[in-house]
Amino acid sequence: MQKLGEELRNRAGQKIVDPEYLLFEAPREKVFMTGSEVVKEAVKRASVDASVSYPITPQSEAAHLIGELWVEGYVGVYFRGESEFGVMSEIAGCSMAGARTITTTSGPGTLRAMENFPMWAGSRLPIQLVLMARGINSPLSIQPDDLEVSFLLDTGCMVWYAENAQELFDMILAGFVVAEQPDVHVPVINVINGFFISHTRESVMLPPDDIALPPYNPYKAPMPPIDMEMPPGRFLRDPFVMKSNYISYATHTSWQFEVRAAIERARPYIKKYLGSLIEEFGDPEADIVLVSTGTGAAQSKEAVRLLEDEGVKARVVKLRTIRPFPINELRQAVKNAKVIFVPEFNVVGWLEREIRRYLYKHSDAEIIGGPRVAGGMTMPPEIIVKDVLNYLGKEVKHVY
Amino acid sequence: MATLGPSHYSPYPVAVYENILPPPPGKALLFTEVVDEEVAMREAAKAMLTRENPTIFPGPQVIYAWNEEAKEKARLIRELAEVLEAKIIPMVDYRPKYPKIDPEKEINPNHPNLTIWHNNIKACIFVGVHCHYANVALKIIRAETDCFTIALCSNAGHEDAMITLRDQHAEELKKFIEIAKEVKKEVK
Repeated sequence: MQKLGEELRNRAGQKIVDPEYLLFEAPREKVFMTGSEVVKEAVKRASVDASVSYPITPQSEAAHLIGELWVEGYVGVYFRGESEFGVMSEIAGCSMAGARTITTTSGPGTLRAMENFPMWAGSRLPIQLVLMARGINSPLSIQPDDLEVSFLLDTGCMVWYAENAQELFDMILAGFVVAEQPDVHVPVINVINGFFISHTRESVMLPPDDIALPPYNPYKAPMPPIDMEMPPGRFLRDPFVMKSNYISYATHTSWQFEVRAAIERARPYIKKYLGSLIEEFGDPEADIVLVSTGTGAAQSKEAVRLLEDEGVKARVVKLRTIRPFPINELRQAVKNAKVIFVPEFNVVGWLEREIRRYLYKHSDAEIIGGPRVAGGMTMPPEIIVKDVLNYLGKEVKHVY
Repeated sequence: MATLGPSHYSPYPVAVYENILPPPPGKALLFTEVVDEEVAMREAAKAMLTRENPTIFPGPQVIYAWNEEAKEKARLIRELAEVLEAKIIPMVDYRPKYPKIDPEKEINPNHPNLTIWHNNIKACIFVGVHCHYANVALKIIRAETDCFTIALCSNAGHEDAMITLRDQHAEELKKFIEIAKEVKKEVK
């Protein structure tokens, strides 16, 4: 970091500003961009030290664009891994050495790299992963489907879910800030529905690109960084292995609880930097509630508008974070609900399972897992409207 | 012991599952209560001055000379130990000790209960221990011993300690030493 007068600047010469200024106060200009391009714009303003990439649809373009940032001097280190497993291992090495890191993946790549995600969390590495969700094999599909998210829920990583390119931009920046808090310091996975967000253009408000987040300070981390210049660092990071009777099973238990506790400690920071763990949309008095995430929430909002034309009041509760799960926020938001629909982009209904778990004995509402689409189908708002009208016993008119 | 709730039958209670989070900036945590820093310092000093075998466990952040602040803190911790009439047993690193730790000489985050049992320690202060290892150790101590735990943290604090003070640097240590001297006059 250079100091010019009173100003601090990062390696790219950008002025270092407070995260609050970058996220909430800096003037913003409207641009028309894809989700992949937005990843580049967020990383450009994030003082990122290292990124490792590997091609897999639909995240390849975002990974490629981060590479352009390396050429332009905004990212310190950038290279291609041997596979997704290689990528997630190599990015862990960069993070252990004290670098701010980001990478991207999708679908089968996520599963190939799977062993690394609990390793990241257990090693308290604040790595950011942008997950552009797509179908997982087999059968092979490159199309959007978010089944893979269910595999990540118990890895010890935070899992956030962006509805659109704007939210993705803000979540990437906020993700670094929250994940790097010393009492949190676990990975953050920012999910979007592949293609729907990664490959479509929409209006996004961006702050100037000559300002950036303060650099990561690894010396405030809950574990010492591997710093070969500082002798204690060489041996403080020795891996924990339960190979002695004097190491109780309890150490492993306590360690795992600590990782989960770290996710819980993120709650106040998420409220500060994202505003809330949920977003509510529609008539607050409505007792028909659509609980969803990402593109499912976007389509649910449109369904609420269509239902209004049918004379039906409904509302949306969008979950911005899945880990930590917005338990109290959801219970409060649905306290007067009579029926809850859970639109999802997968066949198993993992979000419905989560919602049932946290509302058990906390809501009298009927919970309907659906509508669901998968394998790359879109979710027209009309199919949500149809399900709601069918439930109410109303005539389904304009829905085909 | 936590036998109900998300931690189920694990003997390891986890404070966040009881809705206890680290204190906000400028405040401290006394069991489940958010209190002023001075209140927590007084209670911490009282615990150390009235319980058996009070011990300070300094960690790598203060026992190695990483920087000038570490050296200054190390000096202040010695002074604090004298005021509190406490022993110092260091946590020199975080590697599990094979085949067995020498509990007279050190404490280790993977089996901190061994040192506490061996020395019959009823009150202790964690200082200069990296947050992850402090949290792993504090959960085990809370479950396995009746030791009163106090955490002096330079970051956000440790909700699994019975008293946690956050953002503790040299200035705050000096303040704690002065408060400990006052409390000592009252209890001794």
